[in-house]
Amino acid sequence: MAVLTYIQAVNQALKEEMEKDEKVFVLGEDVGKRGGVFLATAGLYEQFGEERVMDTPLAESAIAGVGIGAAMYGMRPVAEMQFADFIMPAVNQIISEAARIRYRSNNDWNSPITIRAPYGGGVHGALYHSQSIEAIFANQPGLKVVMPSSPYDVKGLLKAAIRDDDPVLFLEHKKAYRLLKEEVPEEDYVLPIGKANTVRDGDDVTVITYGLCVHFAKQAAEKLEQEGINTEILDLRTVYPLDKEAIIKAASKTGKVLLVTEDNKEGSIIGEVAAIISENCMFDLDAPIRRLAGPDVPAMPYAPTLEKEFMMNPEKIEQAIRDLAEF
Amino acid sequence: MTVQRINMPQLGESVTEGTVSNWLVKVGDYVEKYDAIAEVMTDKVNAEVPSSFSGVIKELVAEEGEAIEVGQLMCYIEVEGEDPAEHASSTTPVTNEKEQQQAGELTMKTRYSPVVMRLAQEHQIDLATVSGSGKGGRITRKDIEKVIAGEKSVTKSKQTEEKDEKTSQQDMQVEEQDFTPPIIRRQPVQTRQGDREIPVTGIRKTIAQNMVRSKTEIPHAWMMIEVDVTNLVAYRNAEKDKFKETEGYNLSYFAFFLNAVAKALKKFPELNSCWAGDKIIQRKEINLSIAVAHGHELYVPVIKNVDEKSIKGIAKEVAELSNKARTGTLTQEDMEGGTFTVNNTGSFGSVQSMGVINYPQAAILQVESIVKRPVIIDDMFAARDMVNLCLSLDHRVLDGVICGDFMSHVKAILENISSDTTPIY
Repeated sequence: MAVLTYIQAVNQALKEEMEKDEKVFVLGEDVGKRGGVFLATAGLYEQFGEERVMDTPLAESAIAGVGIGAAMYGMRPVAEMQFADFIMPAVNQIISEAARIRYRSNNDWNSPITIRAPYGGGVHGALYHSQSIEAIFANQPGLKVVMPSSPYDVKGLLKAAIRDDDPVLFLEHKKAYRLLKEEVPEEDYVLPIGKANTVRDGDDVTVITYGLCVHFAKQAAEKLEQEGINTEILDLRTVYPLDKEAIIKAASKTGKVLLVTEDNKEGSIIGEVAAIISENCMFDLDAPIRRLAGPDVPAMPYAPTLEKEFMMNPEKIEQAIRDLAEF
Repeated sequence: MTVQRINMPQLGESVTEGTVSNWLVKVGDYVEKYDAIAEVMTDKVNAEVPSSFSGVIKELVAEEGEAIEVGQLMCYIEVEGEDPAEHASSTTPVTNEKEQQQAGELTMKTRYSPVVMRLAQEHQIDLATVSGSGKGGRITRKDIEKVIAGEKSVTKSKQTEEKDEKTSQQDMQVEEQDFTPPIIRRQPVQTRQGDREIPVTGIRKTIAQNMVRSKTEIPHAWMMIEVDVTNLVAYRNAEKDKFKETEGYNLSYFAFFLNAVAKALKKFPELNSCWAGDKIIQRKEINLSIAVAHGHELYVPVIKNVDEKSIKGIAKEVAELSNKARTGTLTQEDMEGGTFTVNNTGSFGSVQSMGVINYPQAAILQVESIVKRPVIIDDMFAARDMVNLCLSLDHRVLDGVICGDFMSHVKAILENISSDTTPIY
């Protein structure tokens, strides 16, 4: 098994799927000759040629629209938004077309497109390169939103997204790209979309989170273990639709739940998670459900001190877990 | 006007908390800076907490009898003038917030979470009997689960025992129940005209608590032996003046008694022990607590490792500790680690007394007055120096036979004291 970074896992999954199925192709800004700004598509242009690795104009609406159309005609496009922040012009295509087409056509049509987009902050990216945009897409039945937390998950989930017969928004944390490394099997494997993953067992506090925050939560939990605080961590993996069964199980286990996101607090994914818990786990709760999130300000600031204040980190999570454990 | 907080001061190097035994002020009182506002006790060292400010007491946060950690809030005081810290630092609102949180935390004892309520109902647990480990004494899910787990194991063991030995069923049940002292409801004592009311505070309160605890928890048994200390008296009288001259303090009888007790404890370690519920802990060190009275207060400082000390060494420590008690300079350290108590009741003329065991030790020995009495030796009357030694013992730990052997041994040592057997240096 080779040790891969998060971004290498993206690259490997794309390469393998393109080798396996010739209907798979990628399109996006600078994905071809340049290999993508983060090098997610590095080497693909050389291997598969310009017809399967398409550089597009600076027009997200077109990238999504072309991909959705091709998907409806039987292709398996993987469209890349250079930054998730730039997905806004494509929202109409994604929500009104891709997410609705199966329902609107009464199952006659479907659109198996995968849209990849790097999201998240902590990289001095400021307003246009730091946002978390998952909440915008998190009440659109017909669309799936997947946010992997590790290289292993990236490979298995991206393959599953490409093979899924319906549109999947695949959000990759850009800080994780080169920060996270782990052994990733060379063989072909997929992880189920719509299922959460217990990454750590504990009986004091349950942390439910996704994406890069899973990594932070693990760091916090390891530190707290030395203090005798055992943390259960549930990685949502898919933030829409949510794995209600796993959320209920994890929340009921300890009765003390910490929900973590890097996104702005109000209206975020974890608000929905909190609602599921309060609907189902009333008599298993031992403490108020606690949300740890970014502040409700428009975007992550550029100034390093303010960015740090906004950004999630292991210390904030550690303190929140300890507070709950002591409650 | 600003409100300031007064925190529990550091009352000794190793002291981590103090119990507020008595508030000397009430809300609305004006106090000057350095005025005593409360009596605080750490084990048996009593201290007064001075006010750090001049002002009006706003709120007494700590309750009497409550143990407060060093540095934690005791009370609020309203100070005239402005707080310089308020200008200088922006952290003031943060500390205020914390104080509010702390004040709020006290109410968490009866705030039950849904899971706690559900588990309590399902397992019919009276939440009043469960102690909480959460913030502000809140009962957590884990606390309840522990109770449930405990109950299961108890019922299980009960069942197996019933199968094994039905006959002793009754005894078993008795054993399983923890002892709780009876609560006696009594009518308040009426004061008559001319009576003086003395509030029970500080050391007196601690003494009372310790005595009640010892007498209600420990089943006391008592015995007394007579010892002929004529030799000891002669020996000591011969040495005492020279000793005083060279050492500067008295060569007391008490030092010889302590020496004899330590030697006997070495032979009978059973008495140098304490009851610990499911086990008896036998102490290795022989540290003798000695009762020292000062005014209306009773202190029990400790002479450590008495078995390793000469008569002179013991006499010196007795003198030092008595002096410290008189000047009120006994430290927490002086009071700690006692394994057995020897009480010099003879010093105030007593010839017979029933000591209350110094909790949690297993026994206390009272040395009574040395009195000249006619004694029959070889069918002839003789005038001898006699002393009674009285022993109160914890009958859970000790029985009559072992204590009788111990006392006989003490007696043998004392009756054979001479410059050969017991050198002073």
